[in-house]
Amino acid sequence: MSTRTTNIRLAGVGGQGILVASEALCDALLSSGFDVKKSEVHGMAQRGGTVNSDVRFGPKVFSPIIPEGEVDLLLAFEQMEALRYLPSLKAGGVVIVNRQRILPSAVASGKLEYPAEIESRLAEHAAEVISVDGLTLAKEAGSVRSVNICLLGALSRFLDIEESVWESVLTERFRNKGLEANLRVFALGRGNTGTR
Amino acid sequence: MNTTVLLSGNEAIARGAYEAGVRVAAGYPGTPSTEILENITQYETIYAEWAPNEKVAFEVALGAAFGGARALCTMKHVGVNVASDPLLTASYTGVNRGLVLVSADDPGMHSSQNEQDNRHYARFAKIPMLEPSDSRECRDFTVRAFEISEEYDTPVLLRTTTRVNHGKSTLSLSDPQEPVFGRFECNLQKYVMIPAYAMKRHVIVEERMIRLRELSNTTDLKAIEWGDTSIGVITSGIAYQYVREVLPEASVLKLGMTYPLPDRLIRDFASKVEKLYVVEELDPFLEEQIRSLGIEVIGKERFPIVGELNPKLVAAGFDRSARVLTGPDAREDMGAPTVPSRPPVLCPGCPHRGFFHVLKKMKAIVTGDIGCYTLSVLPPLEVMDTCVCMGASIGSALGIRRAQSPDDRRPVVAVIGDSTFVHSGITGLIDAVYNGTAATICILDNSTTAMTGGQEHPASGKTLMGAPAPKLDLAALARAIGVEDVLVVDPYDLEAVEKALRYATRTDRPSVIITNRPCVLRDRSQKPPKSSIALEMCTGCQVCFRIGCPALESVTADDKLRARINADLCQSCGVCVQVCRFEAIGRPEE
Repeated sequence: MSTRTTNIRLAGVGGQGILVASEALCDALLSSGFDVKKSEVHGMAQRGGTVNSDVRFGPKVFSPIIPEGEVDLLLAFEQMEALRYLPSLKAGGVVIVNRQRILPSAVASGKLEYPAEIESRLAEHAAEVISVDGLTLAKEAGSVRSVNICLLGALSRFLDIEESVWESVLTERFRNKGLEANLRVFALGRGNTGTR
Repeated sequence: MNTTVLLSGNEAIARGAYEAGVRVAAGYPGTPSTEILENITQYETIYAEWAPNEKVAFEVALGAAFGGARALCTMKHVGVNVASDPLLTASYTGVNRGLVLVSADDPGMHSSQNEQDNRHYARFAKIPMLEPSDSRECRDFTVRAFEISEEYDTPVLLRTTTRVNHGKSTLSLSDPQEPVFGRFECNLQKYVMIPAYAMKRHVIVEERMIRLRELSNTTDLKAIEWGDTSIGVITSGIAYQYVREVLPEASVLKLGMTYPLPDRLIRDFASKVEKLYVVEELDPFLEEQIRSLGIEVIGKERFPIVGELNPKLVAAGFDRSARVLTGPDAREDMGAPTVPSRPPVLCPGCPHRGFFHVLKKMKAIVTGDIGCYTLSVLPPLEVMDTCVCMGASIGSALGIRRAQSPDDRRPVVAVIGDSTFVHSGITGLIDAVYNGTAATICILDNSTTAMTGGQEHPASGKTLMGAPAPKLDLAALARAIGVEDVLVVDPYDLEAVEKALRYATRTDRPSVIITNRPCVLRDRSQKPPKSSIALEMCTGCQVCFRIGCPALESVTADDKLRARINADLCQSCGVCVQVCRFEAIGRPEE
């Protein structure tokens, strides 16, 4: 087991299920024997604002928030949010980005432009960019609200966690609500090879 | 029991209360403290309640401790201001059974109106303070705080910060203690704080401080981690985690009990290191006390007093060549400047939106309050003129009214939420009636404490533990106070809102308007067909954008900026339908 801490930042917009995804991620890491810390902010930020959650794991983790520029894996639930947190990515880091766009108020009303060419800008800085059409995959699996689990599946390819651990984590979490669909959408995300 | 679990600091404090055999818990919702009581409801041995405000919550907990039950009281930092009246005298009375007050501070103001450092309250009230740095310590320190409270007969302050409350880390669960049923025993000289008795209790408080300082020197609620002795760091709470992250080789004195300070321990540590630093968030609380011991120490000249710390700021503070950062740049430096910001907004379908759209037309002076509706200060609404603290909208409206010169005819309108009104708006309304001040008080009743995630309150019809409760009738209350004009309106009906506002702001006596739509996040029952825009009828006037609804998006058609409705977000409140002057927006059934 590596002695260093691995840093994952999940970023998106309030209401996208980011906190549920980071909970499930932590469950899987904990079951795999890592020390885990997680940080997030609740409250005002959730009213349609930017939401992010830091998950850190390794043999021993101190700070719950990721030191600047130390993000190994950036899991962005929304394109512009990937760009927002790009500076926090370390050299050699990986970005997994959902193709969805959610317009902030100033863009929706036409005052500001939504940033252009996001994926190529991501590609300039990241060692690898995985683009996921989470909404389409979630619809395919029959659960529009499970985009977060789809993205978790895409992230899972980069983590040394047994498939059976993911399965039991999802089973525990969704036992009473749409387990089959969530397992399907996770598998679709995990199988996503990042074609753009 | 020895299961390792990942808990937030708030979940761990709730667990600690359970393991400590707490019987009564009370609080008022406030970020970042809210989830403590929400989590405590899973433990059947604990009676838990939302009180109308923090002062009442603390009094309930104090009474429970007097009466022989271990009691926990939770609130956000500014809530302690409200509870400070009973707190400072509870220091004199002592507690009988254990009483722990959790103050959840919010450095960086993620969701607060100031970033006051509540460690000062421990010193002010002369009570001991513990500061956990992760979830395991949140649980452990909660249990220890009850022991200290009982051994020293004092309330104990458990002071946390956002990153500790909302951060998650691992701990092993322990078995709970059986809750103890004590009895209230009459003890006039201890519990009745008339001057003659209080004077004697003050002596006891000062003697207790001496014993607490001894405890602080000898307790195991600390860690001394020896490393390179050229740098010694005294720290506590979340700052400890940052120090260990960026300076793994340094010698560290980590304090778990931060008031009273362990003088001998600090002198001893200081004598063994070459250079002594204090790393603490917000005020130089430890630093000034250490300096007053005659010890040379480096602190706020290297680490910012404003905003929350993070590993980067702590690293910069130790690097002599680095710029000394004095501002809260933690958030700005995370974002690339080319990315539009995404400020929080009123939700699609929020009942506040239409009300504020109409209020803007009144050209009134609008005093605001603490809640979701404070977001109306942001573009495009920009309706609110003041926001200070819970309940301040009403009092400050009355003051502004009294200060107005005779030729200043702008109406003065106070805007306050239902939970906030119950918290501390009622007395302001009594003032308005008693002194006959002509202001319009608008209670935006959405039947929940929305900003903190939807907690019950006395006018919502349910208790924290889920039992049905009598619903405080706000209109009847306003009438009972003596308000003659009490108007109840549907905030989705813009015409009715405008009529009510025009009437109320023109009377020469206090008036109350109550809006009666539940929070859209609470009430997902009504789902009529979505509104839609007929693009060919949209003239591109952009008036609908003035309501700031996230479901309204711009689209360029025929070289013109026009509006379109995002059906995934639309809640069919119908406000935009009423705002459009060209009847371009409609609902399918209309």
